[in-house]
Amino acid sequence: MTYVRRAWIVLWKDVLIEGRSKETLNALVFFALLLLFLFEFALGGDRERLAAALPGLLWLGFVLSGLLGLGRTFLIERENDCWDGLLLAPGDKSAIYLGKLAGNLLLMGVVEALVLALFTLFYNVDLEGALPSLALVIGLGTLGFAAVGTLFAAMTAHVRARELLFPVLFLPVLVPLLLGAVRATEAVLRGDSLGSVAHWLRLLAAADVIYVAVGVLTFDVLLEG
Amino acid sequence: MIRLLGWLSALSLVTGLIMGFGVAPRELTQGNVQRIMYLHVPTAWVAYLAFGVVFVASIWYLWNRAARADQLAHASAEVGVVFTGLTIAAGSIWGKPTWGTWWTWDARLTSVTILFVMYVGYLLLRGMIDDRERAARYCAVLGIVGALDLPLVHFSVYWWRTLHQPPSVLKPGAPTMAPVILAALLANVAAFTILYAYFVAKRVHTLRREHELLA
Repeated sequence: MTYVRRAWIVLWKDVLIEGRSKETLNALVFFALLLLFLFEFALGGDRERLAAALPGLLWLGFVLSGLLGLGRTFLIERENDCWDGLLLAPGDKSAIYLGKLAGNLLLMGVVEALVLALFTLFYNVDLEGALPSLALVIGLGTLGFAAVGTLFAAMTAHVRARELLFPVLFLPVLVPLLLGAVRATEAVLRGDSLGSVAHWLRLLAAADVIYVAVGVLTFDVLLEG
Repeated sequence: MIRLLGWLSALSLVTGLIMGFGVAPRELTQGNVQRIMYLHVPTAWVAYLAFGVVFVASIWYLWNRAARADQLAHASAEVGVVFTGLTIAAGSIWGKPTWGTWWTWDARLTSVTILFVMYVGYLLLRGMIDDRERAARYCAVLGIVGALDLPLVHFSVYWWRTLHQPPSVLKPGAPTMAPVILAALLANVAAFTILYAYFVAKRVHTLRREHELLA
């Protein structure tokens, strides 16, 4: 079996399970909706203030949904000794990491598209012209975000107080991604060209490469249990 | 050996104090307040050194799973967190009279604080795993991710904003500092580095004893 095929099988299995149970996605979509309400309550009805805070709020929504969604990545493997099954799988274990990462990217992509749509609906912002550049920024941010999240989810899967430790480890590492993504989103929503935030995009790309590389190289060590 | 290191650090710290308070002159614009630099800069240096050691020891551990490498990483992270805390505290005390505020979201202040939070998380992870071997593996991965994240944190926060004075010693060209003050600073940097080595050696020693006891 080739490397890509092994990653694909892990992804397919997770998509199938999610497709039948709809556990994570259903709850996550509802959670995202609730977040929008909370932002509205927290910042009041002031349109201007809300619009100014929009890039930050958008990413806060992604991060908070990600904390819940990504943290669950390996929980299904703990049932029915699936973890041992993963350990026994032949070949390079990093294929499992890439499969899980792809699954998380898919999940985050769906949630993010939804949050974005709800934002335009509830907060009455027009994203139409900015959509391609916005998609690039969100894609770059989400890749790094999911890469660290998948790795840390594997790390905390066996730890006491998992729900607490995952965000505590995850959030500080996320700071550069968050800063870069928020600044770039701000510029894009203002209608600036991507060239004006090229340094931030390069930082996001560098972060993506570093996180995915570290994940691929060290996942083996975490999977041992 | 460890005791010798202890005496050496005590001696060099006294030398550092004498250099900082006796030999170095009072700075013209900031007055005596500037002498906090002799604590602030060495502790900041030790903090980064400590986390550099965590990074190297983590890779070393994953390479050949030597218990010693893990003990070194553990000890260095603990000492590093203490020194990072000292750096932030001393910087805060220095910031009040010179910048007029205890805290500001300046670039280097923020990145050191993120460093602090990251490695407190590292120690938390260690504390939450009972199995030593597993704690060692997980922390090695976290140590590597954290260290690789530091340059990203540095640049992102720097572009975000900065208020700090630009580096005066480690930069291209000659240092913009009077030779006496520079000498006093370097004496303190050396003293704190030896102190760091002493703390780590002491802590590795206890960790090894613990390891032997539980084995």
